[in-house]
Amino acid sequence: MKIIVAIKQVPERDAQIIVAPDGKGVDDRDLAYTINEPDAYALEEALQLKEKNGGEVIALCAGPDRVASTLREALAKGADRAIHVNAGDLAQRDTLALAQLLADAIRPESPDLILTGLQSDDLGLGQTGVVLAELLGMPHATLIMHVEATSSGLRVKRELEDGWFQHLDMPLPALLTIQSGGNKLRYATLMGIKKAKSKPTATITASPATVPPTIELTRVYLPEKQKRTQMLTGTPAEIAVQLVEKLQSEVRVL
Amino acid sequence: MSGVLVVMEHQDRSGSPSPSRISLEALAAGQHLAKELGIDCSAAVLGEGIGSLAEQLSGKALTKVFAVEHTLLTQYTADGYVHALQQLIRKTTPGYVLFPHTYQVRDFAPALATRFQQVLISDVIAIHASSGGAPILVRQLFQGKLNADYRPITTQQAPCFLSIQAGSFRSDSLQNSATPAPIEPFAVDLAPAQIRTTPSAPFRESANTVDLAAAPIIVSVGRGIREQENIALVKTLADALGAELAASRPICDAGWLPMERQVGSSGQTVSPKLYLAVGISGAIQHLVGMKGSKTIIAINKDENAPIFEVADYGVAGDLFEIVPALTKAILAAKG
Ligand SMILES: Cc1cc2nc3c(=O)[nH]c(=O)nc-3n(C[C@H](O)[C@H](O)[C@H](O)COP(=O)(O)OP(=O)(O)OC[C@H]3O[C@@H](n4cnc5c(N)ncnc54)[C@H](O)[C@@H]3O)c2cc1C
Ligand SMILES: Nc1ncnc2c1ncn2[C@@H]1O[C@H](COP(=O)(O)O)[C@@H](O)[C@H]1O
Repeated sequence: MKIIVAIKQVPERDAQIIVAPDGKGVDDRDLAYTINEPDAYALEEALQLKEKNGGEVIALCAGPDRVASTLREALAKGADRAIHVNAGDLAQRDTLALAQLLADAIRPESPDLILTGLQSDDLGLGQTGVVLAELLGMPHATLIMHVEATSSGLRVKRELEDGWFQHLDMPLPALLTIQSGGNKLRYATLMGIKKAKSKPTATITASPATVPPTIELTRVYLPEKQKRTQMLTGTPAEIAVQLVEKLQSEVRVL
Repeated sequence: MSGVLVVMEHQDRSGSPSPSRISLEALAAGQHLAKELGIDCSAAVLGEGIGSLAEQLSGKALTKVFAVEHTLLTQYTADGYVHALQQLIRKTTPGYVLFPHTYQVRDFAPALATRFQQVLISDVIAIHASSGGAPILVRQLFQGKLNADYRPITTQQAPCFLSIQAGSFRSDSLQNSATPAPIEPFAVDLAPAQIRTTPSAPFRESANTVDLAAAPIIVSVGRGIREQENIALVKTLADALGAELAASRPICDAGWLPMERQVGSSGQTVSPKLYLAVGISGAIQHLVGMKGSKTIIAINKDENAPIFEVADYGVAGDLFEIVPALTKAILAAKG
C-alpha cells in the first residue's frame, strides 16, 4: 500500500503565543515548532499499516524552509521519503488554495491511501483533509481511530460524539483524517535518525496563489474575559488555605 | 444569493427524531445573522420519514422549512449529504449556509463548500454586523488561546458556509412564530452508486465501570502533569477530597488513565458540585464536557489559559507546588 501522510508543522504547545504588531497574525520570531499532534498519530497509523501490509510511506508537508526539520523527524520515525512543498506565504492562502498545493503534489504519486490529522493545533480548521479528498475525487472518512485493510479496500473505526463509534467500509484510493489516541506513538531511534539522512526529500516550489482567497483574516486578539474568575494569590500554602475555606463555606464539599 | 439556510442535525437513537440542541443553537445563530443583515432565514432537515421533524421546526420564525427526503439519506453518509445539499443550495441560492459544528458536519461540510469553490468558516463563536455589508465571523485559534475575526469575501456566485460552535448561541433565544412556517418537500436526485462508503450502526465500547456523571466531586488532570508517574499526585488529592479522578483527552490517549475517565466531547459529560481542573488548558472539546459543573476551580501555570474563562476560582501557578499544599490543607481541615 502506498500511503501519503500530510503533516503540518505547528508552534509547540507550551509556546508563548503573542499577537503580531499588525494584529493580523502571531509573532513568530521566537516560536519553536513541532509536528501537529494528530498528524503524529496519522504517521504512526501509516507506519503500522506498512508494517502489516507492505508498501511505502511518504511524508508530505507544505510550508517554509523550517518545516524540513519536521519532515526529517518523520523520516527518522520510519517514513521512506518526504515531499516538501516549499511555500512561505501560507498565511495568504485559504484552505482551498492550500489543499490545491497538496493535491498537485499528490497526484503524480497516485497513492492508495492518504492520511491527514483531523485538525491542526494552531488554526484548528479541521477541514484540509476533507477538502483534499474532494479535490482528488476520493472517498473519505474523518475522526478515524483504527484502519484495517480488507479484500475490497478498508474498514475503519470512526469516532462519534459522547463515546460512540462506527465502522465504515470503503474502497481505495481513499483519504482518512486521523484522530489522536488510536495507537501508541513511537519515538525516533538513533538508528532511525541516522538512516533519515540518506532518505530522499523532494522539494517542490509552490507556484504563486492564482485564485483570490474566499475569506480575509482581519484581526487576531486575546479573547475578552467574559466571566469574572476570582484568582487566588499568595504562597502555595496560603492559596491552599483559601481554597479549603471556599470548599468548606461556599462549595460545601468539606 | 440571499437569505440564510440552517442545516439541522437530528438525533433518533431513541425512536422519534428531534433536532439536536446544538443545531437549535445554530438555528438561533441563523436567525441572528438574518436579522443583522435584514434577510430571510430558512432551515433544512435531511433524512427519510422526517415529516415530524420538519413540523417541530415550523413553529420557529422561519421563511421555510425544507424537508430533504430520500431513502439514501436514512443513514448519514458524507456523499449522500454533499449531493443532497448541493442540489438544495443550487435550487434555493442562499447567501449563507450555517451548520452546527458537530462531528458529522466536520465530515461533509468542507467537501460541500469545496463544490462551490468556497471555504467553510468552521467553529464560529460569534457573528457581528459590520459596516462593509459582510458580517464579521469570530473563531478561535490555538485551541482557544486567541480569537480571530474573519470576513467572508462574498462573490455573489456562491454562498458563505459557516459552522457554529456548541454553546456560542442560546437555543432559548430562538424566535417563534404564530403562523407556522411552510414545509417544502425537496426531492433529491441520488443513486446508490454515488455513495462510496458503507457505514455500520453506531456502537459503544463495553460498559463503563466508572460513572463520572454521578460523581459529586471530580478532580481532573491534564497534560500539565507531564509524566504518568506524576498522576499519583493528583490521585492523592482526589482521594483526600473523596473525588473521582478524571482527565483530558491527551492523558487517556497516552494510556495514563483509561478512556472511560475522559471528559469532553468524545468522552463523558459531567456536571458535579465541584470540578477541579489541574493542568488542563480548557480547549473547547474539553469545556463542553464540564462547563455545566456547579463550581469550577482551575489550577494552571498560564494565567491566560482558556480554562479560566469558565472557572469560578483560579490559581495561576505551578501544580507541582499547589497540589501537594492543597492536599495537605484538606487533610488537615478534615482532622
Ligand atoms: C474532535 C476532537 C475531539 C476531542 N475530544 C476531546 C475530549 O473529549 N476531551 C478532551 O479533554 N479533549 C478533547 N480533544 C482535545 C482538545 O482539543 C485538547 O487538545 C485537549 O483537551 C488538551 O488537553 P490538556 O488541556 O490536558 O493539554 P494542553 O492543551 O497541552 O494543556 C496543558 C495545560 O497545562 C498547563 N501546565 C503545564 N505545566 C503546568 C504546571 N506545572 N502547573 C500548572 N499548569 C501547567 C499549561 O499551561 C496548559 O494550559 C478533542 C479534540 C478534537 C479535535
Ligand atoms: N501546510 C500543511 N502541510 C501538510 N499538511 C497539512 C498542512 N496544513 C494542514 N495539513 C493537514 O491537514 C490537517 C488538518 O488541518 P486543518 O484543516 O488546518 O485543521 C492537518 O492535521 C494536516 O494533516
